[in-house]
Amino acid sequence: MRKKNVSSLKSGRRRPAVSAALLVLGLLVTGGAYAAFSASTASAEVDLQSQQVITEGQKLFAANCATCHGQQAQGTEAGPSLIGVGSAAVDFQVGTGRMPMQAQGPQAPEKPVQFTDEQVKALAAYVASLAPGPSIPTADQLVNGNVANGGELFRINCAMCHNVAGAGGALTEGKYAPELKSVEAVHVYEAMLTGPQNMPVFNDLNLTPEDKKDIIAYLEYNKNHPSVGGLELSSLGPVSEGLFIWIFGIGAIVGLTIWITAKSN
Amino acid sequence: MAKNEKAGSDLVASTSVNSSVELGTAVVAPDSFENPGFPAHRERVTDLNPKKMKRAERAVYVLFYLSIVGSLFAIFAYMFFPIEDGDTTSIRLNTLFIGLGITLSLLALGIAAVHWGKAVMADKEGVDHRHPVRGNDETRARAVEIFKEADEESGFSRRTLIRNGLIAAIVAFPLPAIALFRGLAPMNVDPNNQMKYTMWKKGLRLTQDPTGTPIKASDLTIGSAFQVIPEGLVDLPEKEMLNAKAKAAVLLVRLKPEDLKWADPQREAWSYQGIVAYSKICTHVGCPVALYEQQTHHLLCPCHQSQFDITEQAKVIFGPAARPLPQLPITVDAEGYLVATSDFTEPVGPSFWERSK
Repeated sequence: MRKKNVSSLKSGRRRPAVSAALLVLGLLVTGGAYAAFSASTASAEVDLQSQQVITEGQKLFAANCATCHGQQAQGTEAGPSLIGVGSAAVDFQVGTGRMPMQAQGPQAPEKPVQFTDEQVKALAAYVASLAPGPSIPTADQLVNGNVANGGELFRINCAMCHNVAGAGGALTEGKYAPELKSVEAVHVYEAMLTGPQNMPVFNDLNLTPEDKKDIIAYLEYNKNHPSVGGLELSSLGPVSEGLFIWIFGIGAIVGLTIWITAKSN
Repeated sequence: MAKNEKAGSDLVASTSVNSSVELGTAVVAPDSFENPGFPAHRERVTDLNPKKMKRAERAVYVLFYLSIVGSLFAIFAYMFFPIEDGDTTSIRLNTLFIGLGITLSLLALGIAAVHWGKAVMADKEGVDHRHPVRGNDETRARAVEIFKEADEESGFSRRTLIRNGLIAAIVAFPLPAIALFRGLAPMNVDPNNQMKYTMWKKGLRLTQDPTGTPIKASDLTIGSAFQVIPEGLVDLPEKEMLNAKAKAAVLLVRLKPEDLKWADPQREAWSYQGIVAYSKICTHVGCPVALYEQQTHHLLCPCHQSQFDITEQAKVIFGPAARPLPQLPITVDAEGYLVATSDFTEPVGPSFWERSK
């Protein structure tokens, strides 16, 4: 082996494994650098008041949103008016990929985000400049909530649609309340504030900023603490639990029964 | 189990000729096909190969010892994974390991017993014949005789006072149950009224669940949904509070006033600038209806998928509910807070016999 290695090195040819390793390394370095670069831009602060950002947003709006929402965001047959929805609504809808919508349907599903964070903020700045509306919450509005109070408020106001563990649930005619476990805190806050699609609005007089903080704390707690009951089966309740026990529990009993009654060889 | 030594060799219907009992009125039809008897006896590997028998025997006792290990494991799990106060993960480990121990202990015990029976115990086919259930005449006559003797000796037919006393005592015995079950129902109030009226009355403010904060009409923006309880509910003792809440829970929403259609024009006055309040108790079987869609204005009951249209006086548009949700008449007081103008005008929740009386 050694001799062979030496000879292959001498001949100047690289072995296939080495080429593959180099390729993987190269891809990792490029991809990592790109990710680091884009992450550093994503966290960049955008001044929503600046005229430059608003103008940038207006251009993006005209190119991507005006078909349905109208040139002045006044709304058309195909889409509602965005006057007064505020930057929070834009950051939620565009920031979770729900807008721009791919096709008219019962509800706009979450999908990969179509814009960079800067572009989303620029769009938000433009829409917010049209009329006053709920604005994007600051980072300190999302942390240090009271989990117990949040749990109670969640069960009273949210759990009927989103499931008590935030696993989501079905609504009427193809609509659904999405699961909340993978949703960022800022988007949860914005959703409560603006009532996207069929979700009711929970303005600051219904759930105060303190209440919203508590609800987010409850959701974060759920995310970070495994279920005491062990295997959660997606926290969907009797449907998934029933299916599991019917298939595996009764399956095991059927198997044992066959074994008991089969003749020993 | 009794084994018949002539296993399978004489599997024919036994005739009444040799039997000590008669067949009675049973019709003995000739078999449509001849009884094929047992399939040929097949020796198991444990019968043929002493080594295999040894191994099966070992498997059985190892399983029994494994069962003991499982039981001990459960005891140790109880000791070493105790439930700590306030630590929810400890509950998971506790139940998981105790459960695994007990599972191993029972499963190994059961599998060992079955394996013992199947592989090690004697393998012989046997037949136990059925016999008619009816006894012979002699036995039957004797049984009647015994009853007569007992009647004679006890005087059951002769001493009628004793007999009637016994029957009366047995009839009286279940009577206390009626009193006990009556005690479960509300005593000093009419249950019908309990079901027909709620805590709501004229002037009572609408407040937020769970804090009891009163709600101003200006607090509701278009598309808002508030979970509402009556003013003063939170101050009640817990049991009364829960009973009152179960009937008085209300969903308060605000729509554009032009979206609301009033089939009964008088009821428009029950709303305030597009704010309407409906009972949250489903008219089907009483689940809380609170899945409100703010764009379609549909309200969905999660239990049986009844749907109510808020724009049309909560009319049922789908599902098993028979009646619209009762509307709570509301207005605002001098300070701008939302108040009820009366109780619900019909009983909330599912039907009951005296509902429309």
